[in-house]
Amino acid sequence: MTKLNVNGKQYDVDLPADTPLLWVLRDEIGLTGTKFGCGMALCGACTVHIDGQPGRACVTPISSLTNKKVITIEAIGADKVGKAVQTAWIDLNVPQCGYCQAGQIMSATALLKQKPKPTDADIEAAMTGNICRCGTYGRIRAAIKQAAGEKGATA
Amino acid sequence: MNAPFDLKGAMAKNTTLPDTPFVIAKVSRRKFLQGASALGGLVLSVGFPASVRAADPPKYGADGMPHGWIDNPLVFVAIGEDGIVSIVCHRSEMGQGVRTGMPMIVADELEADWARVRVVQATGDEARYGNQDTDGSRSTRHFFMPMRRCGAAARQMLEAAAAARWKLPVGEVQAKNGEVVHTATGRRLGYGALAKAAARMPLPAPDAIRLKDPSQFRYIGTGTLKLVDAQDIATGKAQYGMDTRLPGMLYAVVARPQVYGGKVASFDAAAALKVPGVVRVVQIDATPGPPQFNPLGGVAVIARNTWAAMQGRNALKIVWDDGPNASYDSVAYRVTLEEAARKPGKVVRDEGDFTVAAAAAAKRITAEYYLPHLAHASMEPPAASARITQGKCEVWGCFQSPQAARDLVAKRLGMPVENVTVYVTLLGGGFGRKSKPDYGIEAAVLSKAMDGKPVKVVWTRDDDLHNDYFHTVSVEHLEAGVDAKGLPVAWLHRSVAPTIVSTFDANATREANWELGMGVINVPFAIPNIRIENPEAIAHTRIGWFRSVSNIPHAFAVQSFVAELAAAAGRDPKDFLLEVIGPARVVTPQMLGDTWNHGESPERYPVDTGRLRGVAELAAKEAGWGRSLSKGSGLGIAAHYSFVSYVAAVVEVAVDAKGEVTIPRVDIAIDCGATVNPDRVRAQMQGACVMGVSAATSGAITFKGGRAQQDNFHQYEVARMPAAPREIRVHIVPGDYSKPLGGVGEPGVPPVLPALCNAIFVATGKRIRQLPIGDQLRI
Repeated sequence: MTKLNVNGKQYDVDLPADTPLLWVLRDEIGLTGTKFGCGMALCGACTVHIDGQPGRACVTPISSLTNKKVITIEAIGADKVGKAVQTAWIDLNVPQCGYCQAGQIMSATALLKQKPKPTDADIEAAMTGNICRCGTYGRIRAAIKQAAGEKGATA
Repeated sequence: MNAPFDLKGAMAKNTTLPDTPFVIAKVSRRKFLQGASALGGLVLSVGFPASVRAADPPKYGADGMPHGWIDNPLVFVAIGEDGIVSIVCHRSEMGQGVRTGMPMIVADELEADWARVRVVQATGDEARYGNQDTDGSRSTRHFFMPMRRCGAAARQMLEAAAAARWKLPVGEVQAKNGEVVHTATGRRLGYGALAKAAARMPLPAPDAIRLKDPSQFRYIGTGTLKLVDAQDIATGKAQYGMDTRLPGMLYAVVARPQVYGGKVASFDAAAALKVPGVVRVVQIDATPGPPQFNPLGGVAVIARNTWAAMQGRNALKIVWDDGPNASYDSVAYRVTLEEAARKPGKVVRDEGDFTVAAAAAAKRITAEYYLPHLAHASMEPPAASARITQGKCEVWGCFQSPQAARDLVAKRLGMPVENVTVYVTLLGGGFGRKSKPDYGIEAAVLSKAMDGKPVKVVWTRDDDLHNDYFHTVSVEHLEAGVDAKGLPVAWLHRSVAPTIVSTFDANATREANWELGMGVINVPFAIPNIRIENPEAIAHTRIGWFRSVSNIPHAFAVQSFVAELAAAAGRDPKDFLLEVIGPARVVTPQMLGDTWNHGESPERYPVDTGRLRGVAELAAKEAGWGRSLSKGSGLGIAAHYSFVSYVAAVVEVAVDAKGEVTIPRVDIAIDCGATVNPDRVRAQMQGACVMGVSAATSGAITFKGGRAQQDNFHQYEVARMPAAPREIRVHIVPGDYSKPLGGVGEPGVPPVLPALCNAIFVATGKRIRQLPIGDQLRI
């Protein structure tokens, strides 16, 4: 039995210890906002926060999460920065298909919590692990700047 | 446990319309608008190819698609007594914005208050909704007018109801933003209060429908509305095919044949069944003959969760019979294509006399281009769920063609089609892959094997890359005879590529008219001697539609070659391109040898070279064509006509001392006629630039031993933020709503690849003739 703390709630999970967090979130707990895209930490669609740091749920075994706090897209809006990022995403109509955007928002939020006024290089470094096949990168960049309070960020 | 897929809370039941108080939708849906008779005469079998019987007069646009169009407000609109207007979107949302754009058209003509509009996703049911095959960049151009008529008819019924209530001539009342108003007395009634009476009003006759003057549009053309799904997407609530959850659900992954045409010889499931959580191992039979939209077959592992199913699949021991394509090898096949491209092939267009003109030309120039297979790699791999209860099957999935999913599930399970319901989730990208619902059929087969229990089939990324319906591979061979000024007077293009038709007809070895009509046969150039040839090519893998399809290789070759001719002539590439296009003129597609014209009427949609020139000139002007750039930088241009729209791109590239490519800026101009949601047109152009860059710089699926060699995004690289253009400036040519609309989802892609490589030539002097660029510029 593995104890997990997800979005402030405790869960007892009766699954093999090497089971990745992603499938526990999606199939067991029912939090499907965290997406499956590659299974190898290559695309960032499954990005969550683990003790405040961005992590890839698809390669994070639940055994590594004892005494750690997991936050997913479903709860990131409770965070001031997370909420600002979500608002900017909606305001600039960032998504196309939207499938990668939960991961994008989690990565962007982690960036802004660490660097409230990121440079373009900071943004690229923080977001390069998140693939968007629809190609919304320009609007993602603009939304991060808007969430950071920069004026004149446009899509 | 979650309820079954539930779009908006308002529609939890097995119906596509809300069960909140509604009125209009309760009226018999058989009362179609008179004249909406596309339904009567055009009930075709679903799928491929969409042809009309030879005896029928040709039908174009939506009329030429299976089940045509429906414009009946009783089908698409429901108004609750609370004034909430529910509008059905019958096309699939995959990022193009159709769930915002299509209801917006209805809402505008209906004078609905957008804040009180709810969007309801249709199930797969073409007899009810009209054509649902969401591909070919068709949704807006085919349904703009039907959706306008639908909204206008509903508005007139509400006005009629208010006039009757007030005992006034209908001409004295007016619908406005969710209310009907009698201006003279200031009386007003909300749509909610009128809905019941409005539903009893007769449907306006087609010639009595009063469409708005476009100057009165409140949503169409403004680009100011937020996406209807943005809030759900940003908060993790949006539901994709991957996200369906049903009580007692089981999860499956499938080991499929890795070689096209292969099958299971034998398998041993003992170890798989010992994996904790694995419930059962089930063989899925392949469908005999070409794959069409059917499952490839294989061995499914069904488990309590997805991870257990994946672990179980790893433990399977399968002996495969690889079949006839086990030697498919991309390196060898390229040679095969090149050999075919260097010999005369079937002539598919012949104007003037290429041979004579080329022999008499001042100079002869030849070039050959190679483009590899591509995988769609939508961020959401294919996924679908199914359950069977009391002889009825429900399927949930990310389908571009839910009607095909429905028909094929019914056929596979031996059920009447009425007993199959297909719910359409959001699609986490589609790009043509999800127009083939093979994964939906897999889910249904596995649910049946589990006595109807709900089963979700998940494709992993390697499944997606190994068993895609791949974009074709091609060699494009061009020859030109040029005059003393370097202008082409003779043009030969041999296009050699396995055809998508091979997925439906194993004997097909030539490009179909609709593949040739994607920019090879219908080059709209002012060249007197043109010959287009199409030698044979045998398919050794499953080929399918990929966003913009054959336009990718054709435009890459044609637009690269024009730039090569410009360079040989010592001319400015933009001026030279305009000269090759020639003066503005309108030509019929038939004059260009194109019998297809993207399924559109040649009279309504002729090829207008003035519009092609227009986008090239606009993109060049906005890009500051001719501006001075630092060493290692360059601008490249390309223009292409596809999906009855005109797009030109100017790419600025910077190549550093190590040969690393960055793209500071793209200016892309589109003339697609008038627009419904210009914000989404911009988004589609932005996305097309990124997808074009991916295909040009890094994307390739290669085969060895019949097997695709790329497993995941470390081997099939798609553009990440730093590789994407730093700035994409979209320029939309203003349109006229009285003229036919063009496509948007696809036509942005084709010009991006050649514009990029033309820029690289200017920057470095290196001509890219094979894609992807990969390491070709590395020093």
